[in-house]
Amino acid sequence: MKNRLSKLSGNQAFWPVIIFLTIILFNTILTGGEFLSISIVDGHFYGRIIDIFRNGGKLMILAAGMTMVLATGGTDISVGSVMAISGAIACSIINGNLFPQLGGSVAMAIILAVCAGIVCGLWNGFLVSQIKIQPIVATMILLVAGRGIAQLITSGKIITINSDAYYFINGGYILGLPFPLYIVLFLVGLLLLFVHRTAFGLFLESIGCNQLASKFAGIKVNRFLLAIYTISGAFASVAGLIESAGIKGADCNNAGLNIELDAILAVAIGGTNLMGGRFSILSSVIGALIVQSITTTVLALGVPAAYIRVLKALLIIVICLSQSGKFKQYAAKLVSGKKHVRKEAVAL
Amino acid sequence: MKKRFLGALLSTAIVVTSLAGCGSAAPANEAPVQTATIENEETPKAAAPDSSSDGKLVVGFAQIGQESGWRDAETMSIQNYAKEHADEVELKFADAQQKQENQIKAIKSFIEQDVDVIGLAPVVETGWDQVFAEAQDAGIPIILLDRTADVDESLYATFIGSDFIEEGKLAAQNMAELIGKKGKIVELEGTVGASAATDRKTGFDEEIAANYPDIEIVASQTGDFTRAQGKEVMESFLKSNPDIVGVYAHNDDMALGAIEAIKEAGLKPGEDIVTVSVDGVKGIFEAMVAGEANCTVECNPLLGPLFFETAAKLKKGESVEKWVKSVDGVFTQDVAKDAIDGRAY
Repeated sequence: MKNRLSKLSGNQAFWPVIIFLTIILFNTILTGGEFLSISIVDGHFYGRIIDIFRNGGKLMILAAGMTMVLATGGTDISVGSVMAISGAIACSIINGNLFPQLGGSVAMAIILAVCAGIVCGLWNGFLVSQIKIQPIVATMILLVAGRGIAQLITSGKIITINSDAYYFINGGYILGLPFPLYIVLFLVGLLLLFVHRTAFGLFLESIGCNQLASKFAGIKVNRFLLAIYTISGAFASVAGLIESAGIKGADCNNAGLNIELDAILAVAIGGTNLMGGRFSILSSVIGALIVQSITTTVLALGVPAAYIRVLKALLIIVICLSQSGKFKQYAAKLVSGKKHVRKEAVAL
Repeated sequence: MKKRFLGALLSTAIVVTSLAGCGSAAPANEAPVQTATIENEETPKAAAPDSSSDGKLVVGFAQIGQESGWRDAETMSIQNYAKEHADEVELKFADAQQKQENQIKAIKSFIEQDVDVIGLAPVVETGWDQVFAEAQDAGIPIILLDRTADVDESLYATFIGSDFIEEGKLAAQNMAELIGKKGKIVELEGTVGASAATDRKTGFDEEIAANYPDIEIVASQTGDFTRAQGKEVMESFLKSNPDIVGVYAHNDDMALGAIEAIKEAGLKPGEDIVTVSVDGVKGIFEAMVAGEANCTVECNPLLGPLFFETAAKLKKGESVEKWVKSVDGVFTQDVAKDAIDGRAY
């Protein structure tokens, strides 16, 4: 039993799950059970937990893509702008401003928006792998320019559309559960299969640990980098579709604003080393749920607007501390007596 | 072969990036000086040199540039007024393309042309003292439109713009009307610290507290003026306070987000929960026509008539208030259908 527990706690996803459950528990107590309550409205589940999963959908997708990028020792800070581009393209096509010959087809809008994400990802990957620009600088180009491109597409206005089919991407329900959850399951499942059932994951870790050594070992590093940034771009465009579908429109100035930082935070909370190497996509996805639940917590507690950011920061500090090995050791020292410490020292 | 391919990719990339730069920084690359002053095409050119003597009101107006639908509507309003009253007024219009130096150049050229009144929507608040003083020395009054400048009050004649506190009060009165003067409501605030958010909250909260004791604002939270956050915050409100009857949003976009949240909660926006918001963008009119929104207090961009009336008064030497408040209209579902076609922004 003890053995099994220690094996479980050794899993990278163990602590993120514990943190997530703690936040839920904490909220449930503070709101007197209201937080956990789930009712059925119009034939679908309705409650704060459902909200976390639906609103966290886009972040979970971004975090999954971001994990792979970070695992190679790179970073992709352009995802928020790519979201804006994909939303702008999809909404412009649906309302007929862009490619009117498509007749506002929702399917074509989605396909072209994802294609745009792939092109953005290819661009990032090209800069990083071929031109050898540092990833943070390379992706900063799209971070700045991407929002501009999105504004060009919509001529700087917020586009409002009235398509129930498009709205389904965010607001739809299958078997009572929100549709974004199914998108997450599909994409993350696909990625997990790809990473763990092929040599892809192994090569990825190897690139993150040592690019040069991987190259000499015969891994085509540049192709891998290109592929990974492309996946990140494609995932970002899907997240952009979810976001814009939720508001039935494209808001280029605000769609995905600063979300790249949330995505990186989610990966960090998930325990993946930002310098590259070992990674866990599942942990990052749970990390994304934690980040989203912080927002939901702050709203549920009804904190005055001016304190929201500070409270969020405090929660993040606590979570990061609880993830730090050094801090855990120090805390253990404080809690237990000197005897324990000596024992630990011997053990170390 | 490979190199050539790389070169082609790079050059397309450069084009794309420079295009994008264009989008984010406005079309500033297109020779700003050339367009610093563009005379209104409709005005007869012969009248230009000695326009002050033939009794026409000559006004120079330095607009910020294209920035939002709201500003486009304001520009149209001013230009259309000048067109319609071509026999009384002459408009010299300058598009500053978001640059203060262009606005200063425009004002200087207006002073040289000896216009009667100068209008300005300042792109930034500071740095106007010298050019305003020059206009004052030349005896030309300056009207600030919709944005204020951080200068001594004596340097400009008047400011024409909306009173955000008044907008909040109007919203409160309409909310009270809609919910029968009693019930629990929630408030979606704008960006923390923005004057529009602070004042719209002050006006609304004070009016409710003073005149409607049976209305309770049970929750108030920032939605950052965006749809996505307006929706998320409203989702939370609906769970903590299932018995609310109304939502007041500091701008229409947050209200549009809130409407989606209300629908997801299985309630009917516009009936079960009424909405009152500020701005008057087209989207909220569409929602009102669909019966999903109830009321918007317009932050009026159609300042043309008021601007020229004030300018005419200044020319005649009549005194005007230091702050000419623009009249903000209130639109409800009843009038939305008739008004929607005329919405310019």
